[in-house]
Amino acid sequence: MTFSAILTANRPWHVLTIAALITFASTSVGVAQEASHTLTIRDGKFEPSTLEVKAGVKFKLTITNATKKSAEFESAELNREKVIPAGASGSVFIGPLQPGSYPFVDDFNKSATGQIVAK
Amino acid sequence: MFATALIVFREVLEAALIVSIVMAASKSVADRGVWVAGGIFGGVVGAALVAIFAGYIADVATGIGQELLNASVLALAVVMLGWHSIWMATHGREMAQNLGAIGAAVSSGHRPLYALALATGSAVLREGSETVLFLNGIAAGEHDAAYALLAGGMIGLAGGIAAGAGMYFGLLRIPVRYLFSVTNWMVLLLAAGMASQAAGFLVQAGLVPDLGAPIWDTSWLLSEKSLFGRVMHALVGYVSRPAGIQVLLFVATLLGITVLTRLFGTSQHAARKSVTTPV
Repeated sequence: MTFSAILTANRPWHVLTIAALITFASTSVGVAQEASHTLTIRDGKFEPSTLEVKAGVKFKLTITNATKKSAEFESAELNREKVIPAGASGSVFIGPLQPGSYPFVDDFNKSATGQIVAK
Repeated sequence: MFATALIVFREVLEAALIVSIVMAASKSVADRGVWVAGGIFGGVVGAALVAIFAGYIADVATGIGQELLNASVLALAVVMLGWHSIWMATHGREMAQNLGAIGAAVSSGHRPLYALALATGSAVLREGSETVLFLNGIAAGEHDAAYALLAGGMIGLAGGIAAGAGMYFGLLRIPVRYLFSVTNWMVLLLAAGMASQAAGFLVQAGLVPDLGAPIWDTSWLLSEKSLFGRVMHALVGYVSRPAGIQVLLFVATLLGITVLTRLFGTSQHAARKSVTTPV
C-alpha cells in the first residue's frame, strides 16, 4: 500500500494519527521558537562568553563552531556534553534553570570558557 | 602533547573499562577473544565513519543527530547486555553443574558472545569517534605539531589500555566462586548506567521531559571531571547532577533486567525439575 493510498483509505484513525502528529510537531516547534540562543566558537573563544537567559524557561542553545578544530561544549553544572565538529553547528536543550550562573568549557580547548547566567 | 595524551586517555579509559568487564565476565569461554576483538575492530571502524560524517550527523534533525546516534548506540548496548544477563541466568546453572570441559564447551558454544561483541563495539564507537574528531581537529589546526599529536595520542592510548588491563587482572584476582557474581553485577550496573546516559542524551535533544533537573547535586562529593568520577561515569553512568528521568531509567533497567533474569532463571530451573521428577 502506498502512502497516498493510506491517506485516501477510508480509515479515520490514520487521519487522526496524522493530525495528532502535525499538532505534536507544531507544538514542539512552537516551544523551540519560544526561547533560543546562540553561541559561536571563534578564535578559541566563545562569543558571547556570558550568555544571559531567562530563569525558569527551557531554551534551545545552538552552538556554531567557526574554527578548524572540533570542540566539545561541556558543563557539569548543566549536565550537558556535546561535540561540535569543525565548521558545524549543533543544538542542545537546556533548562528550565534556577537563577544563577552555569559555567561551561570547550573540553578540547580548556582556555575557551564561558557561562550562562539565568536571571 | 600532554593535553592530547590526557584527552585520549580519558576517552580510551571509558571504553577499556567496559572491555575489561566484558572479558572478565566471559573468562574461560572459548572464542571470546575473537568476538571481543571483533567488537573493538567494528567499533574503531564505526568511530572512523562517525568522525568522517560528523558534520553531516551534527546537522541531521536540526542539530540533534549526535544525540540520536549516541542514544541509539547506548540503547543497543543496554539490550545486548540485558540479553546476555538473561541468557546467563537460564544457562548459568547448568554451566555451573557441568564444570567439566565438555559441559563448558557446549554451553559456551551457545552463549551469545555477539551480544558482548556489540556492547563492546558500541562503547568503542562512542568514545572512539570523539577521540578521532578531537585528534583530527588538532591535526587540521596545527600541521607542525603532528609529531607531538602522534606521541600524545599513543601515550593516551597506552595509558587507557593499561588501566583497562589493570582492572581486568584485578577482577581475575577475585576467587572464581565470586568472580561471576561480581561481573554479573558489574554488567547489570553498566547496562543501567548506559540507559541513564541514553536518557541524558534524549533530554539534551529536547525529546523527553527531564522530570526534574538536576534532581540532586553530588558535585561536593564526587566531581565527574575527576579521574574517579570519570571511572564511575564509565562504570555506572555517574553524573553529579542527573535529570530525574536518568535516575528513573537507571532504576528501571536495573529492576527490569533483574526481574527478567530471575523469571527466566527460575522458570528454566522449574521446567528442568518437572522433566526430571518422575511422575
